[in-house]
Amino acid sequence: MLESIILDLISIGFMLTGTFFFITATIGLLRFPDLFTRLHATGKGDTLGAGLILIGLAIHAINAGMTSETVKILSICVFVFATSPVAAHAICRETYIKEGKHWVRGGKE
Amino acid sequence: MDLSEVITLLFQALPEVITLLFQIIPLFLVFTAFLCLYRVVIGPRAGNRIIAINVIGTKTVVLLVLVGFIYGSPYFVDVALVYALVNFIMTLAVAKYLETGGI
Amino acid sequence: MCAEKKMPRFLAVSIILFGFWLLLSWHFDPLHLTLGLISSLLIAYLSSDLLISEEEIGFSPRKVFSFILYSIYLAYNIVLANLDVAYRVLHPRMPIDPQIVEFKTKLRSDVGRTILANSITLTPGTISVDVRGDVFYVHALSEKSAEELLRGKMEGKLMRIFE
Repeated sequence: MLESIILDLISIGFMLTGTFFFITATIGLLRFPDLFTRLHATGKGDTLGAGLILIGLAIHAINAGMTSETVKILSICVFVFATSPVAAHAICRETYIKEGKHWVRGGKE
Repeated sequence: MDLSEVITLLFQALPEVITLLFQIIPLFLVFTAFLCLYRVVIGPRAGNRIIAINVIGTKTVVLLVLVGFIYGSPYFVDVALVYALVNFIMTLAVAKYLETGGI
Repeated sequence: MCAEKKMPRFLAVSIILFGFWLLLSWHFDPLHLTLGLISSLLIAYLSSDLLISEEEIGFSPRKVFSFILYSIYLAYNIVLANLDVAYRVLHPRMPIDPQIVEFKTKLRSDVGRTILANSITLTPGTISVDVRGDVFYVHALSEKSAEELLRGKMEGKLMRIFE
């Protein structure tokens, strides 16, 4: 009974923090001035946001006694952490080769 | 009120809090996905649009897992796993196409 | 390519594929296990050259242990990076001063370089833009995070695992 309460509290905390990071990633995507800075917001915020919500759901699945779902959700989490930076890097490299310039505070480079 | 009463109260209340969260978090995710659509429409170049679509795809993976928990059907987790793979391959293919002009 | 070099790679690929089969099916009766074993062996026979390249990483308990330590260090840094980005996003004047710095690496193996590039993207204030030969081009969000990267603490930790 007590460990069920503790697991519930941990999973609620993980899910709320993950949602917060998702929201900051979206605000960064809308607010930042150029592609590289937008990738700073989304490449980090999205990875950790998705990871935290998925870990929270995996803890909830352990608590509900669903073993196969726990393993699958954790594997999605590992996959997101491994591939999201690679996708960001691919877009970044394409833009750097094609345009070659980036936003600088107080004028153009 | 002693400790055992608090524990009993929490034990009854926390599953309802989690059920409530399962209704609120998808709403937030869908709302932020709509905000990302602004970046898809405005641009400026194709790169910004792919970033926004990639972000929407990551949100969709999380949404699929959440929907699986809401409806109590575990098959949505498999769909989310495959969707994560497709989202990654899609981003890489579009970036490669824009860089070299072919896949 | 000689045969004794091909065998461990074939085994590694078939074990990975069989693990993925178990993860997706989650049935442990003889019929499903046999079908999975046959299909993973067949796919590993056809395409084991594609998944893992020639170079080999020697496994030793010390390397695995230092890799686990590195993962914990990386997780701590990811949380710091997100708090940093959240602060910069939510601040009304957006305290950012972007610049692209060059960074020469001493890592030789491809796996080590990939993990270094991914870690640069996930740690505070930096994303990796391009790799040309030995040189990483890194986009930094502020002067301070660029200096932090050029100190090369993360690269030293990876050198201990992959060299």
